[in-house]
Amino acid sequence: MTERKASTAEIIRASLKRRYRAERRFRLYGIAAVSFGLLAVLLLLTDIIGKGHGAFRQTYVQLRVHYDPDVLGIASATDPAALALGDYEAVVRQALHQRFGAPVERAERRELSALISNAAGYELQDRLRANPALLGASETLWLLADDDIDAWFKSRGGGAEFTSRMSERKLAWVDSLLEKGEIALRFNLDFFTRGDSREPEQAGIGGAVKGSLLTLAITLLLSFPIGVAAAIYLEEFAPQNRWTDFIEVNINNLAAVPSVIFGLLGLAVFINFFHMPRSAPVLGGVVLALVTLPTVIISSRAAIKSVPPSIREAALGVGASRMQVVLGHVLPLAMPGMLTGAILGMARALGETAPLLMIGMVAFIVDIPHGFTDPATVLPVQIFLWADSPERAFVEKTSGAIMVLLAFLTLMNALAVVLRKRLERRW
Amino acid sequence: MSLVNLIITLALLIAAAYFWAHSRSLALAKPLGGIRHLHSLPLYYGLRGAIWCGLPALVVLCLWLMFDDPVVQSLVLAGLPADAVPAGPAERSLFLSTVVNVASGALPAADQPAAVVAAAERYNALRGTGQLLVAVITLGVAISGLLWGVRRMSPQLRARQEVERVFRWALLACASIAIFATLGIVVSVLFESLRFFEAVPLTDFLFGLEWSPQTAIRADQVGSSGAFGAVPLFMGTLLISAIALLVAVPVGLMSAIYLGEYAGSRLRNIAKPALEILAGVPTVVYGFFAALSVAPFIRDLGASLGLSVSSESALAAGLVMGVMIIPFVSSLADDVITAVPRSLRDGSLALGATRSETVKKVIIPAALPGIVGGVLLAASRAIGETMIVVMAAGMAAKLTLNPLEAVTTVTVQIVTLLVGDQEFDSPKTLAAFALGLMLFLITLLLNVIALYIVKKYRELYD
Amino acid sequence: MTTAALDSASAAAAPGRHRVTELSELLTQRTTGKPFVDAAKMRTRNVNVYYGEKQAIFDVGLDIGRNQVIAMIGPSGCGKSTFLRALNRMNDTVVGCRVTGEFLLDDEDIYAPKMDPVALRARVGMVFQKPNPFPKSIYDNVAYGAKLHGLASRRIELDEVVEGSLRKAGLWEEVKDRLVQPGTGLSGGQQQRLCIARAIAINPEVILMDEPCSALDPIATARVEELIAELAENYTIAIVTHSMQQAARVSHRTAYFHLGKLIEVNDTQMVFTSPQHELTEAYITGRFG
Repeated sequence: MTERKASTAEIIRASLKRRYRAERRFRLYGIAAVSFGLLAVLLLLTDIIGKGHGAFRQTYVQLRVHYDPDVLGIASATDPAALALGDYEAVVRQALHQRFGAPVERAERRELSALISNAAGYELQDRLRANPALLGASETLWLLADDDIDAWFKSRGGGAEFTSRMSERKLAWVDSLLEKGEIALRFNLDFFTRGDSREPEQAGIGGAVKGSLLTLAITLLLSFPIGVAAAIYLEEFAPQNRWTDFIEVNINNLAAVPSVIFGLLGLAVFINFFHMPRSAPVLGGVVLALVTLPTVIISSRAAIKSVPPSIREAALGVGASRMQVVLGHVLPLAMPGMLTGAILGMARALGETAPLLMIGMVAFIVDIPHGFTDPATVLPVQIFLWADSPERAFVEKTSGAIMVLLAFLTLMNALAVVLRKRLERRW
Repeated sequence: MSLVNLIITLALLIAAAYFWAHSRSLALAKPLGGIRHLHSLPLYYGLRGAIWCGLPALVVLCLWLMFDDPVVQSLVLAGLPADAVPAGPAERSLFLSTVVNVASGALPAADQPAAVVAAAERYNALRGTGQLLVAVITLGVAISGLLWGVRRMSPQLRARQEVERVFRWALLACASIAIFATLGIVVSVLFESLRFFEAVPLTDFLFGLEWSPQTAIRADQVGSSGAFGAVPLFMGTLLISAIALLVAVPVGLMSAIYLGEYAGSRLRNIAKPALEILAGVPTVVYGFFAALSVAPFIRDLGASLGLSVSSESALAAGLVMGVMIIPFVSSLADDVITAVPRSLRDGSLALGATRSETVKKVIIPAALPGIVGGVLLAASRAIGETMIVVMAAGMAAKLTLNPLEAVTTVTVQIVTLLVGDQEFDSPKTLAAFALGLMLFLITLLLNVIALYIVKKYRELYD
Repeated sequence: MTTAALDSASAAAAPGRHRVTELSELLTQRTTGKPFVDAAKMRTRNVNVYYGEKQAIFDVGLDIGRNQVIAMIGPSGCGKSTFLRALNRMNDTVVGCRVTGEFLLDDEDIYAPKMDPVALRARVGMVFQKPNPFPKSIYDNVAYGAKLHGLASRRIELDEVVEGSLRKAGLWEEVKDRLVQPGTGLSGGQQQRLCIARAIAINPEVILMDEPCSALDPIATARVEELIAELAENYTIAIVTHSMQQAARVSHRTAYFHLGKLIEVNDTQMVFTSPQHELTEAYITGRFG
């Protein structure tokens, strides 16, 4: 017996080396897997931030403009109709000619005008409307540069200077601006306030953000009350029958239906049958409410489940009805959990793109929406649209918009975490 | 009376009903000696009054809103001379939309034929009458409901029970919305698909090897054989999903195991939320990342190795999709692994197994059903994922299993076919619904199987 | 602690030398009876176990005699299971658990840095409170340890190990026709015997049993108790039990734990007929526990 035991211990000892090698290898796989995941996070974020940080600053050129009534073709700056018809581009052209000398060739003239974005004309118009005394006067202004200039200026000094859309002449002009410090990057407030545009330097996310807010408002208004009500019913009142089982099965399956299918639902039912307005936040909100409803129901049910039965028994014991117990005791106690779930659901809705493509929210919309039925787009769809644009400058805009989107999402998730931490009760 | 005004009036009426019924209950209680002689608290009498006032009126209003358009339109059509109305259903709907646009002033009336202008006038008149009618009916129903409700009030009336019953039904209605949503999906996808299969035989769709819906938009090619063969789409979906799962399953599983069994609490507290970030990033961001960073990188890498890689390779889309699904797999794996009872782990360790042996020989086999369920859910997610493939996979339907080539997927085609101009009668548009039906059925099947497996698995160890 | 120190400590507990002045002996003197024996398979001294800040075991010293059954009894939460799990370092797997003191298995320090917990657990097996067969076939359950440690390389050797272990566990006749069926399909008592067979399949020197019968019905309990008596011929067994009757039936020595302290150790007969410590007496006469 002892002989056998000794040999057992020996065999085990002999096997240990090999087994610990396998152990180490297994651990290594684990480390590799975790590192891969973390690396992906890191790569994704640095890539986006690396590409997008430039979107928050835009290149401006300093010029002295003269509001010449003859060039503008405006006699009186107080007449709004005349103001709208003025030739502001000509004023910008004149200012450029003054700065760089009048060009002779037509090509040269075109290139010179292309230094400044055509948004500059609208800016001049706005300034003149605000201050009619400017007519006939001069002032020195920072005017928005064209996106090619912007792309070149931002890539300057880096490894790969972006000169493919810069001619010799343009480079010479810009060099002279550089020497005098008349070209500079300035904070790009327009990026946050403007709507979409075909011109990258004028494009902003203001319209998309507003559209997202309007859409999310509808989504929250629908999915939170309905989701909470459904959760209350299923947890507190539902009898054990086929209809209840059927509801449960449907909720679970709905949670896993690809979101693009909800777009088909929106198209076929809400647009073609109920004639809801296309591209409108109200429609997007309804569709996203259906997308997020299962999430809200599931998290609300979890919150209700976490309220201990002793609370219900205590309230029932003093003669409250089931409804009074639920509304008076269970619901307030479960509310933090439900709100957390709702915020996470809204975060999901905010990032959702696919179903909205199908209900017309993918259209090119310049105007900022003002109501629930105005045509609108949302932030992720704006990202999708810009990502498709061929202009190089849109890459920067897209990444910038992604950064804003991620910032919103971080904020919402942080809010959910804080809410859970502060209001969560331990039973 | 406009809809907004009507709703505001109704709301005021409901509030008034609450207060009236509330004070009536107090008046009823007074001669008896206080509210404790009432069956329910005055609050419930008030709520009951509000419900009697508002509920029937709202039902009437909703019914009206659902059916006013078709009713008015058919009245308009009926009022026109028979020869002025086009024959076909498509032409008729075009005619009607012209009428509606003229009526709202969106189209100038001057350019339209007389019949249209007349119809538009009649349409406007009917709508005006309709709005007046609905206002009268709704408010009438509200007031008579209130009067009826208040007349029945007595100290013995079980007001609380009545109110609670209504509440209960409202809750049930909210819970049933999930069913109606599913129903809506099934109905909308199914009907359009059936119309599609009238034009294109089901077998051509399921087994056809060629997909080129763009050419079929011309009338002479409608239903031409081969144009709507979905096999390349299924193959493309399968290829990209397979790549995604090849990335996500090992990485997700191993990181769940490592973070659960090996990592210290410090690393776990950092790494877990960091990996969760991947789950919170919107898919459109992944799509951008895949299309602008990963795909060019893989193409350049391939070029330096002497491989020709398409700039929209299945590999890039699949890889990024896999990264997206990692946290999904890892949290599911974490759930099922922690569901394995501790006693099994202890039993194995007490026999002298190392930790990795315990994981490989006891925990994973024990958790296998749960893991399989999780993988199926992940697969369903990969198949239904849209934005990454729309942005990073190609449009051309190619029948290939080479991950370096561009392929297209079911979801890409659904989006491509439905974004932009839509004609509801062209097979091109309807094809999207047929694809949607396939997608819905496949993911439904995967989910049902996966949820069943996971449920059985949980019962095993509960 | 060196062997010499251990010897003096065990000498300290010898009859007639209850009151001694050395510090190390002061620490152990609180245990009444005979905690130490000459032919010990495992020796423990000055054992303290902590769960985080909370101390679960206070300064316990106990010997486990070779080829003997020692029963550990005491009220719930007295630390008897914790002490048992310290004997094959199963507490290592509990986060926040810290063990100090001396543990010797045949003069080898089992908490020494060079001691491998994996090899140790192969020598000191364990059977748990709730039967925990792996979700595998009966055969694979028994063969698990042997395959893991490479004790049987060929199928025929493995068959031998499985049959031998099942025979020793008295389960062979009941399951020999359904070795491929899952172990979880057996009855509770059979499952527990399967777990015992699984433990003895790797030929351990010591078997620790943590309330092995608490989840079983009386008939299955009787069967397992019989088995323990049979195994005691070849193995050293330490059993934690909630039932004093069971301790009286199966063990040679009995150790009584109370609130993390080892109160009294003696021959089983002694403990149950003439307990020396007040607490022990109170417990076995049912005044608490």
